[in-house]
Amino acid sequence: MSLSATERENGRRRARPRKIIAAALQFFVVVATTYLGLLAVTFFIGRVIPIDPVLAVLGDRAPAHVVERTREAMGLNLPLYQQFFIYVRQALSGDFGTSVLTTNPVMTDIRRVFPATIELATLGTLIGALIGVPLGVLAAVRRGSLADQIVRIIGLIGYSVPIFWLALLALLVFYARLRWVAYPGRIDIVYEYSFTPITGFYLFDALWQGQWDVFRDVFRHIILPASLLGYFSLAYISRMTRSFMLNELQQEYIVAARAKGLSEARIIWGHALRNAAVPLVTVIALSYAGLLEGSVLTETVFAWPGLGLYITNSLQNADMNAVLGGTIVIGSVFIGINLLSDLLYRTLDPRTRAR
Amino acid sequence: MMHKLQGRFRLLTASAAMALAMGVAQPSFADTPKDTLVQAWAIDDIITMDPGEAFEISTAEMTSNTYSLLVRLDLNDTSKVVGDLAESWEVSDDGLTYTFKLKPGMKFASGNPITAEDVAYSFERAVKLDKSPAFILTQFGLTGDNVTEKAKAADDETFVFTVDQPYAPSFVLNCLTATVASVVDKKLVLEHVKSAEPSDTYKYDNDFGNEWLKTGYAGSGPFKLREWRANEAVVLERNDNYYGEQAKLARVIYRHMKESSGQRLALEAGDVDVARNLEPGDYEAVSKNSDLSTTSAAKGTVYYISLNQKNEDLAKPEVREAFKYLVDYDAIGATLIKAIGEIHQTFLPKGVLGALDENPYKLDVAKAKELLAKAGYPDGFSVTMDVRNTQPVTGIAESFQQTLGQAGVKLEIIPGDGKQTLTKYRARNHDMYIGQWGMDYFDPNSNAETFTSNPDNSDEGKVKTLAWRNAWDVPELTQKTKDALLERDSAKRAEIYRGLQKTVLEDSPFVIIFQQTEVAGLRGNVKDYKLGPSFDTNYVWNVSKE
Repeated sequence: MSLSATERENGRRRARPRKIIAAALQFFVVVATTYLGLLAVTFFIGRVIPIDPVLAVLGDRAPAHVVERTREAMGLNLPLYQQFFIYVRQALSGDFGTSVLTTNPVMTDIRRVFPATIELATLGTLIGALIGVPLGVLAAVRRGSLADQIVRIIGLIGYSVPIFWLALLALLVFYARLRWVAYPGRIDIVYEYSFTPITGFYLFDALWQGQWDVFRDVFRHIILPASLLGYFSLAYISRMTRSFMLNELQQEYIVAARAKGLSEARIIWGHALRNAAVPLVTVIALSYAGLLEGSVLTETVFAWPGLGLYITNSLQNADMNAVLGGTIVIGSVFIGINLLSDLLYRTLDPRTRAR
Repeated sequence: MMHKLQGRFRLLTASAAMALAMGVAQPSFADTPKDTLVQAWAIDDIITMDPGEAFEISTAEMTSNTYSLLVRLDLNDTSKVVGDLAESWEVSDDGLTYTFKLKPGMKFASGNPITAEDVAYSFERAVKLDKSPAFILTQFGLTGDNVTEKAKAADDETFVFTVDQPYAPSFVLNCLTATVASVVDKKLVLEHVKSAEPSDTYKYDNDFGNEWLKTGYAGSGPFKLREWRANEAVVLERNDNYYGEQAKLARVIYRHMKESSGQRLALEAGDVDVARNLEPGDYEAVSKNSDLSTTSAAKGTVYYISLNQKNEDLAKPEVREAFKYLVDYDAIGATLIKAIGEIHQTFLPKGVLGALDENPYKLDVAKAKELLAKAGYPDGFSVTMDVRNTQPVTGIAESFQQTLGQAGVKLEIIPGDGKQTLTKYRARNHDMYIGQWGMDYFDPNSNAETFTSNPDNSDEGKVKTLAWRNAWDVPELTQKTKDALLERDSAKRAEIYRGLQKTVLEDSPFVIIFQQTEVAGLRGNVKDYKLGPSFDTNYVWNVSKE
């Protein structure tokens, strides 16, 4: 008996790497098809929109022979499927082409604009989660009370007010009237020459270099757009928290905990929220991923040189290499964040861990 | 228990509020530095900084402030030119050879001396690269094969330019004020040249520094280009090696801001010194603010509605004329284009040689109805118009729709993105189109060529002038436009253009509505900021701050 038990144990050990390889393979196939689908859809939409990409490169005034030459150089005279094939082949070797608008390689551009968006989105999500979750808990615990109504109204405004309008209003109040925050862009021009960012995350770079005045300035620039984005994710996060919490608070284990005489605070924060946290992680992660796409309107209003602005501008100018590159990056972000939230699931919820 | 919870919440809210207040509590009034001019401007049209390639509105301004030309427009009389690098010039009796004498002892920003050799190389690379603006030079008969002969240095200080026909000297000199004729630092560019593979479409073994100059700089203007960050900023710095009077400011920063109300807020707060994309409402508010001032200048861009002559209804002369009576010019001038344009019905903008200042048309529905009846449409007809979704064209289209309706013509507006409507227009698939045309170089031929010349009206026609795009087949006018180029007497040349404008006014499928005015809002302490008559004459070197 004991021998066969050891054998079984050995067998399991041998099977585990195989399982992992199979899982990894499966994951790889899913990711690869996702990317390919993403690319194909974006590529063909980009090619059928009724905008002549050559026009975007050369403008309206270029003579006919220059237009012809450029069309050829861009490979636009080839059949669509060939263009797509060439693109994918180059992309696989790490060449995502050159943006016609900035004339840089697409990935160089994205490396430049993405940190601006990541920084903004991260701070926005932090604000949204740190305020949204407690507000949602409050609304759930005091269901039907005045506090609940107030949270509901805050959420409702967040859902329904156009961010563009709210951003301008906030600028008018906090920037033009009160002068609490700075504008426009990410950093005051005074620091434009004394400060050399390394990672592109200005807050981090300023801290790292110990430049406190720069940090302060960057903070004053980022806080308003981040708060606005934060507010919009707060609206969503607080509503979801409330409904998850209501669900948990009706569970029997809560009754059991109360019967045991645990303090209400312990029950809410230690038990109910811990269980609600599992789906909440997905909610927050998705909202974060949403912000990482770059909020075009926020970036426009605040003259924030981020990814959203970059992609929109590229799209309007039929700069398809840039659009495709941006799509790949955003796709990767979604895949990455989904993976990350899956991993978080496992730490938060013991049931999902491998038995 | 609730008590405890409340306590916790109070703590949370308090700490959240503290976090928000950190670093934002103290109000500060960060004016821009005294030696720096910060301009808020939509500069997302920039795709290259190479003067041989750039052909965008924003780059016109950057290039003209950072590079030198042989001659520049005389801002006191824009039908003439003055020397920049050139001290003097002579035109041979046969009208084919132009000899320029350069001023002595000039240097590029790099410190290299400026010689006629640099001028010749600049022409050579522009012609051989053959990018969008190259036609301004190649229309004088320059080709990749002959450019080194036709544009060459006789000695260090003498540049000789040979044209293929005895053109009007005003035409040749006006074209040389275009940014494509900017002089680059040959020695510096040669250090950055990349080798290229000669092919069917590109015959040369190097790129003439094109790739490097896209973001690099090799000029000699009052300012030098420090950097261009796409969709973010362009930074100019004073060129201490400049041969003329030094620029007053150490730095000029163009900050990309697209939004009019944002620009206004930043201007009011003093974070920018100049706001360049103010819409009428914001412009008015700025002009009423005692801390701020405004400036404006008529630009060489006209807005028009055109009627595709492939459409049988629109091809009737009476219909063309009737439509000119169906625009409410007065109302449009007083509201939609207030401060950003003025009514102007001829195709040459004010300030250009030969411009005709006549606005004979007024809204006259009765007269238009009469004309339509004569054309056989007493009850009107239906027609579409492609309109890009930006102001003021959308507003003008709606106004036009309404006034057409009064004469029984039913107009359907097809809204679209700018590039989309333009693609359709260039393929001649429209009925009507509302658009604008800005001058490529400051000479009457730039607009005459597009409005009154159509060498090949077939669908395969290579020269897609506005006349071609609207299938207006006018061989006689085409010839006249060509002849005007060879009229060497400026007064007689101007007369020809006045005649062309009259014809377009009376008979063409173009309903020209207004000439654009460029506006800017300024901080009160900005001195001598002047917008020029074209986008490449918005000079910033005289600007100073108090």
